[in-house]
Amino acid sequence: MLQQLLSKLGRKRSSKDVAKERLKLVLIHDRANVSPQFLEMVKGEIIKVIRNYMEIDEEALEIQLTKTVSEEGDGVVPALIANIPIKSVKNAGRSI
Amino acid sequence: MGEVIVITSGKGGVGKTTTAANLGTGLSLLGKKVVLVDTDIGLRNLDVVMGLENRIVYDLVDAVEGTCRLKQALIKDKRYEGLYLLPAAQTRDKNSVTPEQMIKLCEELKQEFDFVIIDCPAGIEQGFKNAIAGADRAIVVTTPEVSAVRDADRIIGLLEANELKNPVLIVNRVRHEMVKKGDMMSIDDIIDILAIQLIGVVPDDENIIISTNRGEPAVSDNKSMAGQAYRNITRRILGEEVPFMDLAGQGNFIAKVKKLFGFRSA
Repeated sequence: MLQQLLSKLGRKRSSKDVAKERLKLVLIHDRANVSPQFLEMVKGEIIKVIRNYMEIDEEALEIQLTKTVSEEGDGVVPALIANIPIKSVKNAGRSI
Repeated sequence: MGEVIVITSGKGGVGKTTTAANLGTGLSLLGKKVVLVDTDIGLRNLDVVMGLENRIVYDLVDAVEGTCRLKQALIKDKRYEGLYLLPAAQTRDKNSVTPEQMIKLCEELKQEFDFVIIDCPAGIEQGFKNAIAGADRAIVVTTPEVSAVRDADRIIGLLEANELKNPVLIVNRVRHEMVKKGDMMSIDDIIDILAIQLIGVVPDDENIIISTNRGEPAVSDNKSMAGQAYRNITRRILGEEVPFMDLAGQGNFIAKVKKLFGFRSA
């Protein structure tokens, strides 16, 4: 958002801020020591659970390790973000 | 009983060897008995940075294998009282030495010297494992670049996993003008990310290239900014509290003239 604000004001974000952001993200991955295989495993398990309740588009499912601003406001924390497109909710999952 | 300090970085080309040469020389200038150990077997360079390349007879592998006595492999630097170099072998590979042999070597050197400064090869493989095996503490060198800081982070993790707790950081080749313009990460940015204690900031300085050309460490050059930074670090290694130097005077000629006449560049 800050980035957008700055660009609206006609100012480019300084290259050091870009460097810092990129570095933080890459270190989250490095420190967590997650391999693509690990993420595939997580993805497979999530699909298994969710399939019980709804039909999802497994091809379009995206999962990534990223960072987000923590709600306590004490800076950036790692987050697992999954984007799971739902095709339909199964009957068994609906409330009566 | 002396202390073994390993100079490491992960990434190549950030200034490990230059740092090792300058800190070793700096400590000897403060009256300490110091040995510089080059563990970059196959790609030795500390000898040329120190200007001692023509005096090598035996090397680290010879000493470890018992081809010669340890004392025979040590090259005495005649310019600096109490400074010695143990060069790496050039025609062998990193697997010629084991971590156990390095521990034994460090133990022996510690009996004779106040400081054993180990120049670690780039990477995290066998050479790195050998270099840190006998170390009591570690200095991590980085530059204000994403790749170098990333590798430093990895190295800090590996050092701590190998019982080398609380490594300290040197940020090398800082260009104050670029930091001021927002085009280079500042010391605070880097410390914030790595969460590690800072022991020194070395400005990018042409004198380093000149001194390396000559084989004379910049730490002995009173006019060199980088030399001053290294002198400060050696005193911090000895436990002194030395304030971090103001890098604002560094940079282009105009900035220097402005400073001379009391102008502050905005």
